[in-house]
Amino acid sequence: MNKQAEDRKKAGKEPLIRITKRAELSVRGARLLRIGAFLLALAAGAIFILCLGYNPFLIYGVILSGSFRSAMAVQAMVKLMIPLLISALGITLAFKMKFWNIGAEGQIIMGAIFASYFALFHDQLPHPVLILVMLVAGFVGGGLFGLVPAYFKAKFNTNETLFTLMLNYIALNTIVLLRDGPWRDPESPGFPKIARFSANATLDRVFGVQAGWIIGLILVVVIAVYLKYSKQGYEIRVVGESQATARYAGMNVKKIVLRTMFLSGGICGVAGVCQAAGSDITLATSVAGGVGFTAIIVAWLGHLEPLEILLFTFFFAVLEKGSTVAQSTYGLSSNCASVLQGIILFFILGCEFFIRYQFTVRKRGVR
Amino acid sequence: MFLKFIVAAIVSGTPLLFGTLGEIAHEKCGHLNLGVEGMMSIGACAGFMTGYYTDRFWIAILAAFAAGVLSALVYAFLTVTLMANQNVTGLTMTIFGIGLSNFIGVTVLATTSSGTLKLSEHIMAQMGNIHIPVLSDLPVVGQLLFSYDPFVYVGVAIALAMGFYYNHTKVGLNVQAIGENPAAADAAGIRVTKLKYLNIMIGGGICGIGGAYCPMIINGGKWISDSVDGLGWIAVALVIFAMWSPNRAIFGSFVFGALRVLKFYVPKSVPVPAAIYDMLPFVITALVLILTSMGKSMGKSQPAACGLNYFREER
Repeated sequence: MNKQAEDRKKAGKEPLIRITKRAELSVRGARLLRIGAFLLALAAGAIFILCLGYNPFLIYGVILSGSFRSAMAVQAMVKLMIPLLISALGITLAFKMKFWNIGAEGQIIMGAIFASYFALFHDQLPHPVLILVMLVAGFVGGGLFGLVPAYFKAKFNTNETLFTLMLNYIALNTIVLLRDGPWRDPESPGFPKIARFSANATLDRVFGVQAGWIIGLILVVVIAVYLKYSKQGYEIRVVGESQATARYAGMNVKKIVLRTMFLSGGICGVAGVCQAAGSDITLATSVAGGVGFTAIIVAWLGHLEPLEILLFTFFFAVLEKGSTVAQSTYGLSSNCASVLQGIILFFILGCEFFIRYQFTVRKRGVR
Repeated sequence: MFLKFIVAAIVSGTPLLFGTLGEIAHEKCGHLNLGVEGMMSIGACAGFMTGYYTDRFWIAILAAFAAGVLSALVYAFLTVTLMANQNVTGLTMTIFGIGLSNFIGVTVLATTSSGTLKLSEHIMAQMGNIHIPVLSDLPVVGQLLFSYDPFVYVGVAIALAMGFYYNHTKVGLNVQAIGENPAAADAAGIRVTKLKYLNIMIGGGICGIGGAYCPMIINGGKWISDSVDGLGWIAVALVIFAMWSPNRAIFGSFVFGALRVLKFYVPKSVPVPAAIYDMLPFVITALVLILTSMGKSMGKSQPAACGLNYFREER
């Protein structure tokens, strides 16, 4: 009797259903599977809407058309895309390296804080110079904030997921600290807040939307090229696949981790600059507002491919904007967007399994 | 004044205790759950709404627990069976949970004529501070130990039970083995999948009860959107502060609870901005995280396989 059969006898019987690896699906198969999961998710969302007593087709219709009903709606939707897209691109760099940077939220905030310093206290600089200084400051601020967990990861192997998570709240409270103290606007009565940026420190509008969208689109291309064709991008991928391999190939893993996290945090910082100087026109505690977390999901959904990320950012923004329209039209709470996002994500998360694995049912007669 | 501060600290630490215990249950079996906030939100909504409609405190708690279990079942199915990325699944759970809870809140709110959702006096009395004759009337001790709402005692009891479970029962030790090395545990004949499911679901249920605490006690029985308000994230931090021990979590949640209310008790003359107090728990946690990673003391750090999914046929 061979060993396997012996084991099987000992274990009683083979489990009824077990998981086995399958030959990896073709690109087309995988795409079909994802589209299938997406449609299933929409169906599940429809059941949810139906339970609430609404017509799902009507609601979906409003959500889809809501972002395109006027030029203003499109602009509002693009405005939602900007910080999400840029920070998702930043996260992509870290995730490619399998460095689980959950700290985009904090890096966005730090970028915004650094840029706000110049916006608030040095707004006599010529406009192009000031904007450039703000972007660089934001990049450095976010980058330094990304460098902290990277340093400890490289030095002591400190868990980066938990560490970056803590840094988010340290950053958030730093804004509160500045708002209640040194940066408090003396002219605003009531609740403390930070002064509005002057027009000189505000990002210009291009086609009616703050210029952040141009930065976002440029970054899509830059990151795609950087990851695919540059030596550093190659190093990131090798470190992500196997640190041992990278070390064997003579790469300085620590240096790569530090450099990549600086870039990752820095790009998230730029997202913060765009949100503060382009949309909020001040430094608010809501500057990140959960975007850093949603960006992680977007980056992951887009398989860390910049173009796909752009697509999913667009989709998320449409959903978000559309839900506010559904709220004003049908009185359906705009929290509906988060619920639908969640349902869709659960299905897509689940379907990834079937790309690499399959369920195998025990054959009849095998005991 | 000082006594009042201690009591306030314990009350404000209680939802953290539940969240932390739930997260410990998840991490001990190898699952880093970033969805605590979402599971707590779902529990908050289920508990509050059930309390609102049934006027029965214990049914509300059971509903919160059940809702937490259900949300954890989704998480477990995705991460254990379908081996989905734990970080992303957890974050999705958070977004979904907060959204669902707010959504239901707003929807129910729209059906009321007054525009507010408030629990009745009847149920408020059931979940008010307990009163044990003699014991609760003792000076100082009575107030310090025997005059809290029932949640507090339930939380401490769960913590002690979990401490016993992990350190002194065979199943608990098996679960810890799964968290450290699922392949070895599997080879030793431990039912990895079954235990993971059980622990994740019970952990989710505990999170759910903690969530219910927020609208029912902290907000005084009134429904407000985002009632959990980041406590779930503090709970994730607290797991580190408690170094993955349910018993230390009791102390930890008390400390974090104290930090959360400290700003109301420090005399105005002390020139420390409120934000510093809110920041402190996270700064301390970050330091603990660094120190534990430097030390590498066994049993005081994250379970080794935490965050990694286990596929039996991979080697």
